[in-house]
Amino acid sequence: MEFGYYPGCALHGSSNDYEQSVRACFDKLGVKLSELEDWICCGATAAHSINQKLATALPARNLAIAEKSGCANLLAPCPMCSMELIKARQAIQADEAVREEMSEIVELPVTGATEIVNLIQVFQAIGLDAIKSKVTDSLDRFKPACYYGCLLTRPPKTLRFDDCEHPSSMETILRELGAEPVEWNYKTECCGAGMTLCDPGTVVDLAHKIIANAKKHGANVIVTACPMCQMNLDMRQADVVKKFAESLDMPICYLSDMVGLALGLTPEELGINRHYVALRV
Amino acid sequence: MSESPKRLIADVERLAHTQVNDCYQCGKCTAGCPRAGVMDAGPTRLIRLVQTGDVLEAAACESVWQCVSCLTCTTRCPKSVNIAGVVDALRQISVERNITARKYSRTVLFQKEFLRNIRRNGRTNELELVAAWKLVAFFDDWSPFKALADARLGIPMLTRHKLHFKPGSPVKDKAVVRRIFDRCAAKRKSETEQEQD
Repeated sequence: MEFGYYPGCALHGSSNDYEQSVRACFDKLGVKLSELEDWICCGATAAHSINQKLATALPARNLAIAEKSGCANLLAPCPMCSMELIKARQAIQADEAVREEMSEIVELPVTGATEIVNLIQVFQAIGLDAIKSKVTDSLDRFKPACYYGCLLTRPPKTLRFDDCEHPSSMETILRELGAEPVEWNYKTECCGAGMTLCDPGTVVDLAHKIIANAKKHGANVIVTACPMCQMNLDMRQADVVKKFAESLDMPICYLSDMVGLALGLTPEELGINRHYVALRV
Repeated sequence: MSESPKRLIADVERLAHTQVNDCYQCGKCTAGCPRAGVMDAGPTRLIRLVQTGDVLEAAACESVWQCVSCLTCTTRCPKSVNIAGVVDALRQISVERNITARKYSRTVLFQKEFLRNIRRNGRTNELELVAAWKLVAFFDDWSPFKALADARLGIPMLTRHKLHFKPGSPVKDKAVVRRIFDRCAAKRKSETEQEQD
């Protein structure tokens, strides 16, 4: 199985532990990732806050590169990137005028032929049976709170993935690998990661709400498929503990960390040792 | 500066791809907004201001930059109004007209530096971005406290190999990125000029 791969800035920067985890996991599962040649940033919050045209054009350039290389399915493990790519793709597919305008702006023909997939969808494509056939360790010691955050399921009309209020795709995977996912309240609440530098006060309040609720419902790890959620809940947790004077000690892992552990990979191979709050494995 | 409210509403609707008059002010967006509690004008009120043509007043609200772009409002709107899109449109208008709420100028400067960083590098160079933003923000509010906030995050990030003095693989064709930026800016300019004719 082969997927095109759009890492996005986070996975080549401060969340390179996510890239390490995804690559280690897919190596083990025999999935080949071919990185998009000369990809550029999707523009993220800055582009859609300041110039709407740019917010379509930056992802459109990447879509055009993907099409040119004949890529049918492009994995963007960061939900911010995948949402921006999907949004641009739909705008291009829906309107001939947008297609022409974007092709002209990005200097490459773009039709929106390439399908964009998130990390969970790649695991679904591999299939639970195929993953289970390679499992060496049960995850039965973990009670994960699966945290989807904002952009894995929202906006639903654009993403058409899982249920936007009660998603369960990560639970399905982890349950099959032996873990006991908990029911909790804030699966899709925002952690404010986009404002982690500009407005840390807000972010600490939002992160507290999420981590404390997961703990209250008996979780011993929060599992996410978003580099910004992971970084924010993990790195800012010390600030949360300080502000709210309560012990949380909640490790924050990527979905690929959990699958990787089940496949017998070590925390070092997955980059879990580079997180802030230690996971007891 | 007297500007036709009609024209301003049309601008918001074109940028956000939505019809603001579809909103019947039920308040569901504000009920689900994680930031509503601290906002000067929640999403329901922002939409109302746009409906009545008070677009510039809406764009100058603090809430426009307090929004964390989580899209809960757009997701839950029973009338399918793209509320988060309207907030983005208001952000863009507030930046273009330099009427952003003073209290959130650091946030605005961050978004501007982010784009400048991509324009220059094609991909974000995080260390360069944070340094540049801290510097421009310091010359804006002269707060050494804010300038040094989060500096303590640097060392733990370095020891975890999460921060890099030399970023990973650079973009080869950086010139095309600059051309894309320039074309988008030019398109926006010609669109707004056409409207004024």
